[in-house]
Amino acid sequence: MTPVQDGYNFAYLDEQTKRMIRRAILKAIAIPGYQVPFASREMPMPYGWGTGGVQVTASILGPDDVLKVIDQGSDDTTNAVSIRKFFKKTAGVATTTHTAEATIVQTRHRIPEEPLGAGQVLVYQVPIPEPLRFLEPRETETRTLHALAEYGLMHVKLYEDIARHGHVATTYAYPVEVAGRYVMDPSPTPKFDNPKMHMSAALQLFGAGREQRIYAVPPYTPVKSLDFEDHPFRIQTFKDPCALCAAEGVYLDEVVLDDRGGRMMVCSDTDFCETRRAAGHRGAMLGTAPAEIAGEASHG
Amino acid sequence: MSPLTRGFAEPAREAQAAFRVLMTAMSRPATVHPFAAAVTPPPPLSPELAAIALSLADPDAPIWLDPPLAAVPAIADYLRFHTGAKIVGRPDEAAFALVSNPLACPYLDRFAQGLDAYPDRSTTVVLALATLDAGSALRFRGPGIDGVAGLDAAPLPRAFAAELDSNHALFPRGVDLVLLAPGRLAALPRSARRIEGA
Repeated sequence: MTPVQDGYNFAYLDEQTKRMIRRAILKAIAIPGYQVPFASREMPMPYGWGTGGVQVTASILGPDDVLKVIDQGSDDTTNAVSIRKFFKKTAGVATTTHTAEATIVQTRHRIPEEPLGAGQVLVYQVPIPEPLRFLEPRETETRTLHALAEYGLMHVKLYEDIARHGHVATTYAYPVEVAGRYVMDPSPTPKFDNPKMHMSAALQLFGAGREQRIYAVPPYTPVKSLDFEDHPFRIQTFKDPCALCAAEGVYLDEVVLDDRGGRMMVCSDTDFCETRRAAGHRGAMLGTAPAEIAGEASHG
Repeated sequence: MSPLTRGFAEPAREAQAAFRVLMTAMSRPATVHPFAAAVTPPPPLSPELAAIALSLADPDAPIWLDPPLAAVPAIADYLRFHTGAKIVGRPDEAAFALVSNPLACPYLDRFAQGLDAYPDRSTTVVLALATLDAGSALRFRGPGIDGVAGLDAAPLPRAFAAELDSNHALFPRGVDLVLLAPGRLAALPRSARRIEGA
């Protein structure tokens, strides 16, 4: 444990705030998929940078936890690095980039490729928790729709996608039904990750700071992506494997290499990709990709 | 007036540890977890009941005490001093109901049930039992349960199985239960569905 910054309570938040958030988390777990209102606090970072996720993490975190933070699958982007530093400074907890070593993983919009295990907690940063918000702007109305489990509006939206595009064109924040009751926004994760939420062994907590909502999916809970019998839910597929580690069946990011149309597809989950490369897996462009993308180690 | 006894020695650390056990238990219904409660409340308030109250109750989360606890003024003094929570007279006004005598626990529908639009506005009923083990007397399925989970616990409230069934039937409304025994904790959120048979 590294020394904690003087003048802060453990994990930054005061104890009364933590109790309020903890009570909300317990209700969220007991009512899977239901959005529990909470009195979100100002955090030392702007809204949109994960204030909800940070408040959830701060409230569950203990001195023995090992924290991993990812931003779009990556451990080394600004948002992930600064949140990791924040908790190192205010809680003194150990941090890691390895999914398997972490007890808490805070994420902005990806679920790690490596399946999470029992006892791990995945904390999502959520911008807009209400799946019906763009269909019905009034909170009073969406609350009633949830109370009545009246989700026809959402099916109409998906149907209109099919009518217009021939298929459901929603590719992220794809609505799910949790434990057969509440329809929930899984946060703007690519729909590729939706199947990983289903019957996951890990506890999944969602924090929306600006919108002041916390919700949860307990472990071993059915999570079904909404679809139609003749238009079943499908995830994205990729033509080629990862250009660095040759992984197939994982979510890939497109990286533009030059202004002449050069591009490569690489794993969005950097830890997964690095672990595979360390184990000797070699993608087609591992030797030629720029060091900024492949990392120094690949050019040894 | 009797001198106040000790609460948490290190509130931030101990409240987090107690909450984390409860969070894990709530997310894995009907599984038994070790629960250390290093507090010395006035009897008959058990250390486990006190640890839950000290971790989660405060001026925004009032406490209801069952008659044996309410009969001892030192208990209300202890909880007020350490949590700042209001002690309420009616079970349906409480965020947390502390029950030291489960046999005389009010029927679950006497506690706050939440609203259709705000099912979170319900009471968490915390029961101090003598024994709590993994077992098969009460068996459950539902979110958080990998297949089936079961408990053997005693003593339990009157008609407890039927009470749990009607509580679950209200879902998403209903109360959540926390079961405590010396050194142990389990949770039965409203989402847990009791099943019959072996």
